[in-house]
Amino acid sequence: MSSLPVEPEELETPEPSGIKRRRFLGYVLAAPTLVVAAKLGKDAFEPKPAGAAVPSLPEPSDLMDLGDVLTLAAVPTSGLITIRMNANGTASFALPRAEVGQGITTAVAMLIADELDLPLDQVEMSLADARPELLFNQLTGGSNTIRSLYTPVRTAAALARQRLVQTAAAQWNVDPASLTTKDGVVRGTRHTAAYGSLAKAAAASKPAAASVQLKEQSTLVGTPQNRIDARDAVTGRKQFAMDLQVPGALPTMVCRPPTINGTVKAVNNRAAVQAMPGVTDVVPVSSGVAVRAQTFGQCIDAVRALDVTWGPGTAEGKSDASVLREVRNAELPMVVPVVPILTKTIDASFTFAFASNSPLETNCAIADVRADRAEIWSCLKSPIVAQQTIAGQLGLPLDKVTVHVTQGGGSFGRHLFFDAAQEAAEISKAMGKPVKLMWHRTDDFRHGRTHPMCTSRIRATYLAGNVLTFEQRHTSVSTDFTHGLGEILTALSASLPVGNLGFSETVFELTQNVPYNFGVTTQLLNEVDTGFHTGSMRNIYSPNVTVAKELVVDRLAKAMGKDPYRFRQAFLKDDRSRAVVDKAAEVGNWGRTMPAGTAQGIAFHQEYKGVCAALVEIDCRPATVNRPIEDGVAGPRVTKAVFVVDVGLPINPRGLEAQMLGGVMDGIALALTSSLHLKDGLPLEGSWDHYFYTRQWNVPPDVQIVVMPPTTGQPGGAGEFGVAAAFAAVACAYARATGTMPTTFPINHATLGFEPLPTVPPIPQSPTDGLAHTF
Amino acid sequence: MQTFKVNGAQVSVDCPDDVRVLWVLRDLLGITGPKYGCGLEVCKACTCHINGKAFNPCAVPVGDIKPTDDITTIEGLPATVGQDLHPMQQAWLDHDVAQCGYCQPGQIMAAVAKVRQARAAGHEITDADLDEIRNVCRCGTYFRIREAIKAGAAAM
Repeated sequence: MSSLPVEPEELETPEPSGIKRRRFLGYVLAAPTLVVAAKLGKDAFEPKPAGAAVPSLPEPSDLMDLGDVLTLAAVPTSGLITIRMNANGTASFALPRAEVGQGITTAVAMLIADELDLPLDQVEMSLADARPELLFNQLTGGSNTIRSLYTPVRTAAALARQRLVQTAAAQWNVDPASLTTKDGVVRGTRHTAAYGSLAKAAAASKPAAASVQLKEQSTLVGTPQNRIDARDAVTGRKQFAMDLQVPGALPTMVCRPPTINGTVKAVNNRAAVQAMPGVTDVVPVSSGVAVRAQTFGQCIDAVRALDVTWGPGTAEGKSDASVLREVRNAELPMVVPVVPILTKTIDASFTFAFASNSPLETNCAIADVRADRAEIWSCLKSPIVAQQTIAGQLGLPLDKVTVHVTQGGGSFGRHLFFDAAQEAAEISKAMGKPVKLMWHRTDDFRHGRTHPMCTSRIRATYLAGNVLTFEQRHTSVSTDFTHGLGEILTALSASLPVGNLGFSETVFELTQNVPYNFGVTTQLLNEVDTGFHTGSMRNIYSPNVTVAKELVVDRLAKAMGKDPYRFRQAFLKDDRSRAVVDKAAEVGNWGRTMPAGTAQGIAFHQEYKGVCAALVEIDCRPATVNRPIEDGVAGPRVTKAVFVVDVGLPINPRGLEAQMLGGVMDGIALALTSSLHLKDGLPLEGSWDHYFYTRQWNVPPDVQIVVMPPTTGQPGGAGEFGVAAAFAAVACAYARATGTMPTTFPINHATLGFEPLPTVPPIPQSPTDGLAHTF
Repeated sequence: MQTFKVNGAQVSVDCPDDVRVLWVLRDLLGITGPKYGCGLEVCKACTCHINGKAFNPCAVPVGDIKPTDDITTIEGLPATVGQDLHPMQQAWLDHDVAQCGYCQPGQIMAAVAKVRQARAAGHEITDADLDEIRNVCRCGTYFRIREAIKAGAAAM
C-alpha cells in the first residue's frame, strides 16, 4: 500500500461544459479478479444558520459533533477498504465494523449495489477481522458507520463499475461512454457482458490510482429495503459467537464474586468440582473461577457447587442511596449571570438510576490460545484495541493473535468493551485448551456494563416572553471510555474548539446542546466514582440530559402560558427542527381532547447531524396502571407513539424506521420500568423478570415512524438516535397526565417489583418445570 | 442414553438425565437455532415446540423427554408445513421484523403456538393475546412482531 501515490481523495476537474464536478480518488489493487479500494475520508463541515429570538451562541456540538471527531480520526489512516468483484458476478466487502442489529451491513450493501449497478442480493457482506493498520478506523460507535463509510464505499464501488466498463469497452473496441450498466451487466449497442465475465480481465497486475465520479442520481439509496440477513435470522441459520463450532472449544462459565470486582482469595473445593459430571477444568482467573464442561448446563452446576472465599471489590457496601450522595456531592454550582430582579426562575433536579447495558445475547467469546498463537471470536466494536490488549496480556506478537468479529445479538454500546474476549483468552491460556465462554444472564445484569446513575439539574430564567438563561449541570457516576474511544479524543481534543477537556467532558460537549433560543446556555458535566462497570449505553448522555431539558421546556411553556408544541415551535433554532416537531404534531393529532389521567407529550432532540421529534400518548389511569401482569410490571401504558426523524439523507428508510422503533421501546423502558437497584455492592437484578425492559404488554398498540425526505444530502447517524426524544416525550406525557413532573427515573424505581436472587451461589439453577408451561 | 425425535429425526444422546434440553440441542447435537438468553424460562429465546406446543428447553431436563416426544426447533418449522418457509417466517420477512435476530427463532416459534392457542380457544389472535407473549426483544422490534403475527396468522 505504501507504494501507492499520495493524492487528495477529492478532486475537482473542469468538465468540457466548464462545470466543475467532484471526482474521488480510489485504487485498483493487484489481485486475480478486480479489486478496488478507497481510503476512509472525512465529512464536510456544515455551518449552522443563526437563530432568532434571543440567540444563543453556537455550542461545540453545533460546530462539530462526536461523529465528526470519529470521522476526522479516520483521515491519517493508511488502511483501505476494498471491494472484490468475483467471477460469479458477486461483489464482496468485508465491513470493518460490528453488525449488532443496527442494519449497517444492509445499508453499506445498498451503497455498493447502487454505485456499482448490481442487484442488492449480489453483494456479499462479511465482517472484517481486526485490522490494526486501520488504526482508529475500526471502531463501531457514535452512530458513525454510515457517516464515515458513505463516501469511501461509494468511491470504491464507482471505481469498480468504471473499471468494468473500461474493460468491456477495450474488448469491444468501443468508446466507454457508449456503454451502460444495469443489474450487473455492461451493455453496448451490439454487446453485453455480465460483470462476472469481466472480473478477471478487469483485474490489475499492479496497484494504480484512478479518479472516479459518483452517481448524481441514486436508484437504490433512499428506497426501503429489507435486511440482507433477514432470511438467515428467521430460519435460525444466522450464526452468533456461541453458534460457531470451533474444535475443542467446550462450554465455559465463570463463578463470579458476590460484589462488583470482588477477588478470589481461595477455592475451597476445586477437586470435588473438577470431578463433577462433564466437568473438564476448574481454574481461578482474575474475574472469578472458570469452569469448562461438556455442556453449559454442567457449567452452571459446577459454578453453583464452587465454594470460594472472596476478597472485597470496588463497590463494597455501596447502595443506590450512598452512590446518589456521592453524585450529589459532586454537583457543580450554577452560574446564572446577574439578571434583573423581575426575572423569574425555574429550578429542577432529576435523578436517573443505573440501567443495564445487557443485550439479549449475553457477553461471550471463543478463544483458542496456544503457546505461539491465539485465535479469538467475539462481537467486538473495537477489535483492534482488543487484539492489541490480548496480545499484550498473552505475551504474543500482534500478528500472532487473530481476532474475528462475529455477528452480535444486540449491543447498545456493550460491545465497545472486549472483556469477554479478554477473559476467554485468559481462561484458554490457563487451561491450555480452547474455550467457548458465555456469561450467565444473572452475571450479565450484576457484573455487566451499566449506564451510570446520574443527576441533571437545570436552572432557567425567563422574562417578558423570552427565556434569558438555561443552565444544566449533569453529574454522573463515571462513564468508562477506556475501550479506546478515549485515545482518539486525546489525540484530537487539543485541536477542537472545546479545548483540552477530559474524555467524558469532551464526549459530553460534543454531543449535548440546547436546541432552543434560550439566551445564555451552559451545560456542564462532572463525574465521580470509577468503581462500577459502566459504559456508553445507546445514546450515552443524551437520554437523561434531554429528559431533564424537555421537562423543563414544558415547565417554561406552562409558566409562560404557552402550549408545549407551540412553545417549542417558537423557540427552536431552525426550520429543519421546527419541521419535525410540526410533523409529529400533525401526524399525532396534537392537542386532541383526551380523558383525565391520559395525556400527550411531545419532545425534540438534535444529534448526529439529524433532528427528530416524538409524540406519545400515555394512559396513567388506575385500571391501566394496576392491570395484572404475571411476574412483570404493568404501570402506565404508552398507547400511541409517533416518531418523526430527519437524518439528512436516509440510506435505508426501512432500517432507519427499525432503529427508531427500537429507540422508542428503549425510551419507554427508561422512563417507566427499567433500572438496576444497587445494594451491598451489587445490582439486585438477575433476570429479565427483574430488569423490566419493555415487553409486549408495555408496547404501544399504535406506533407510527415518519422518515422525513432528504434535507442535507449527507447521511447522519441513526442507531442511537431514537432514544432521547422518545424517553423525553414519555416523561412529558406522564407529567401532563398525572399533573406531577416526575423527578426520578424510571418512575417505578422506588418500588422493587421482584424477589432478588441470592448472591452466593452467584447464578440460579435452571427450572425443571418447563413441560408444565407449554402452550 | 436419551432418545427422542428432533425435527423429524430420531436422535440418541449420551448424557445425564438432569441436563436441560437446551444444552442437549445446542452443545451436544449442534442445533443452534434455539438461543440462550437466560436459562430461567423467562426470556423465551430458546422457545421450541414439543408435540406441537411451545416450550422452553432451558427448563426441561432431558430425562423428562420420552422417546416418542417430537421436538421441533426453528430449523424444522418449515417442514411442518412442507414448505421452504412457514407462513409465520414469511410474514417475518415481509415485515422485516428482525434486527440483531438473536431472539427471532424463539419469537417465531412462540408466535406460531400463540396463533394455534387462540384458534383452539375459538378466536383469531387479538391485541390481548399479543400482550401475553413474554419473549424479550432487546432491540425493541416488538411492534413489527405484532404486525407480523397478525399477517402470519392470516396465512396459517
